Amino acid sequence: MAGNELYVATALIVILVGFATVLVKRNLLKIVIGFSLVDSGANLLIVSLGYLPGRTAPIVDNADMLARHGSLLVDASKFVDPVPQALVLTAIVIGVGVTALMLAYVVRLYATGKTLDVREFGRMKW
Amino acid sequence: MKQVISVIALVTLGFVLWQLVPIAIPSGLGPVTQHYVADGLVDNGGSNLVTSIVVNYRGFDTLGEVTVLFLAVSGAAFVLRRRSGLEVYEPIPASEIVQTGARLLFAPIVVFGAYIFVHGHLTPGGGFQGGAVVASGVLLLLLADRDRRLPHGLLSWVESLSGFGFVLAGVAGLLAAGSFLANRGVLPLGQWNRLASAGIIPVIYVLIGLKVGSELSALLDLMVHAANEREEAHR
Repeated sequence: MAGNELYVATALIVILVGFATVLVKRNLLKIVIGFSLVDSGANLLIVSLGYLPGRTAPIVDNADMLARHGSLLVDASKFVDPVPQALVLTAIVIGVGVTALMLAYVVRLYATGKTLDVREFGRMKW
Repeated sequence: MKQVISVIALVTLGFVLWQLVPIAIPSGLGPVTQHYVADGLVDNGGSNLVTSIVVNYRGFDTLGEVTVLFLAVSGAAFVLRRRSGLEVYEPIPASEIVQTGARLLFAPIVVFGAYIFVHGHLTPGGGFQGGAVVASGVLLLLLADRDRRLPHGLLSWVESLSGFGFVLAGVAGLLAAGSFLANRGVLPLGQWNRLASAGIIPVIYVLIGLKVGSELSALLDLMVHAANEREEAHR
């Protein structure tokens, strides 16, 4: 195993705390916070799964990182996996948009039912 | 009872995920990633390999992500636009310090956001992050002065035109190099590690930065003013 169990374990704990919040809490705002935690934990999990110990961020700003002098081929053994980082980069902003959408729904639900208690909204949750 | 079921479900989920970890942790780069990293500079000329993946190798995916963001924001806008049944609270005016600080900091924050998305192909950062920084400056401005109006027409024009520009850049790749969002052959790749490099990548990332920034700013404006406009309708 590589040396990133700590990050992976933290990410899994954050995801589980998020799901626990979603399942147990009754306040709609806290449920939104729970989803946000799941989102953050998933991002952390994806990034830490792409981490390779002893390697650096995938930015080639130094000629030592090239495979040969005078060529633009990159020495791939020096970098962590850039694909998870690229996926998470867009997912973070999407997460902000989705959180905003959920909060807008909460505002509407509060305007309709005058309460934030999820039990008041019928069969939307077990 | 439900609490017990929740705990059991969470423990099971945690256990299963933890069992999957040794399988998922990589020992090196996969074959596709190997190609992205090794040939990234030759193909795209951008120092930041994450950017060359986001905008070029997986550019179509990024176009989809931008669309998802647009859908989420327009959904929120649609839900917030119907204002019946909401109570109105008189907003507490921001203190002198916040107001002066916001006026002082707004321009530097926007310039910093622009710096981040212009240098997306050279440094950590890019259109999404720069756009979020710009929107945070707008949020500061709105928190300092609740009555401030953002130019909604301008924001939606910037947003639509930058989204359209992204698709046009893709079509330019289709015409010049025979594949949608292709980089080589559209613009010169330039010199490695210079601002004017990486072909069409900085152009697309600036467009993404403008789109994300204007989209999030319009969303913040809508959230802050949802109460104020109802208040005016009451009077």
